[in-house]
Amino acid sequence: MSLEVTLRSEVENFSLDVAFHAEGGITALFGPSGAGKTLTLRHIAGLERVGEGRISLHGRLLADAAAGHHLPPRERRVGYLFQEYAVFPHLDVARNIAFGLADRPRREREARVAALLEMVDLAGFDGRRVRGLSGGERQRVALARALAPEPALLLLDEPFAALDFRVRRALRGSLREVQRRTGVPMVLVTHSLAEVRELADHLVLMDRGRVLAEGRTADVLSDPGGPQAAELLAEELG
Amino acid sequence: MSLPPLGLSLVVAALATALSVLVGLPLAWLLARRSFPGRDLLTVLILLPMVLPPTVLGYYLLVALGRGGPIGQWAEAVGIGRIVFTPGAAVIAAFVASLPFLVVAARAGFEQVDPAYEEVARTLGRSDLAIALTITLPLAWRAVIAGAALSFARAVGEFGATVMVAGSIPGSTRTASIAIYDAVQAGRMHDANVMAVVLTLTTAGILFLLTRLGRGTGW
Repeated sequence: MSLEVTLRSEVENFSLDVAFHAEGGITALFGPSGAGKTLTLRHIAGLERVGEGRISLHGRLLADAAAGHHLPPRERRVGYLFQEYAVFPHLDVARNIAFGLADRPRREREARVAALLEMVDLAGFDGRRVRGLSGGERQRVALARALAPEPALLLLDEPFAALDFRVRRALRGSLREVQRRTGVPMVLVTHSLAEVRELADHLVLMDRGRVLAEGRTADVLSDPGGPQAAELLAEELG
Repeated sequence: MSLPPLGLSLVVAALATALSVLVGLPLAWLLARRSFPGRDLLTVLILLPMVLPPTVLGYYLLVALGRGGPIGQWAEAVGIGRIVFTPGAAVIAAFVASLPFLVVAARAGFEQVDPAYEEVARTLGRSDLAIALTITLPLAWRAVIAGAALSFARAVGEFGATVMVAGSIPGSTRTASIAIYDAVQAGRMHDANVMAVVLTLTTAGILFLLTRLGRGTGW
């Protein structure tokens, strides 16, 4: 797999100018608030239009500003886990997960929902209402929902930020496990170096709408390659 | 179709409300979720019947639907025949008067729905129409019910535009609000009294049910 991103955009007075690539496994976009991490994900998902540049996934062009090409989100096969999960409050757990499977035969849909519930440790939660779920359970429902239509890439926006630290630790481990089992490449937005160390194979350092460094996680952490990147990491390490 | 005034009022108001929902929901969604040239103008056009005197509204409808008007001529040409002074004209008058109430309430309801739900649905491969019907509409359900209730209330109370465009033909276009006016004019105060009380109780009952439905059990 490879994701190639070269984009410049102006969104609400914020200027984003980033270029990076991601391989299989988990790629972390790391940086402080206002680095443009979420905005970058939104461009990859197709929720924002690329002002200049292009985005391709497995050689398939998702967006190319020069050619006026913008594949709508529903045709991109890019899953998105929102920061607050956006689990549909009016649907039960099974219907949430099945939302992206509307075009599959019923039997296949049910089998897939059951398999996903099992994978995220929510077996038996099918008919549960969203209102009664904990933060960690909601996160896993949203993860299963995003994986259901077999995306070619999964974007995760601060998937652990809304959780307390114990749940966070447990779910980090299970995310790694889910990635390994499904093989779906993931791009993870985070501002936690602990998450980067534990999860990311590949690391992109970002600040103020720019990429400061990118490479294998261990390489970037040991040699950030520039004073700004080094400063960013030092700040986070305190 | 020959109905007593109260029955006619309820049938006309129910049809007008149904039309308001069918036409108003897509309009409300468009105004809440899309920006396009002329959006403000469209908003003003939809809201105008709320502030215009009903007689002015009725006058415009008479001009448009009458024999010499564009819609009237078209209806004659395709074999629908005359529109003005028929029950259909009463439904159209009540619909135009009640549409803005539905649109205002539903638009506010749609705007309250967190766009993140729709965005995540878009990444799950569903079309805009499917998302509007399975996510946005159910999440704005209460506002839509409230809008339908207001719309129905306005339609039952419709008087001025209806008189202008549909007249007061017993059994055909004489709705309860018009019949009450006619009764008072003719000095039949007892008739007016009975109709007023029955109309009040019936519509209050329907609004009560709609309000209960709108409150619902939630999720």
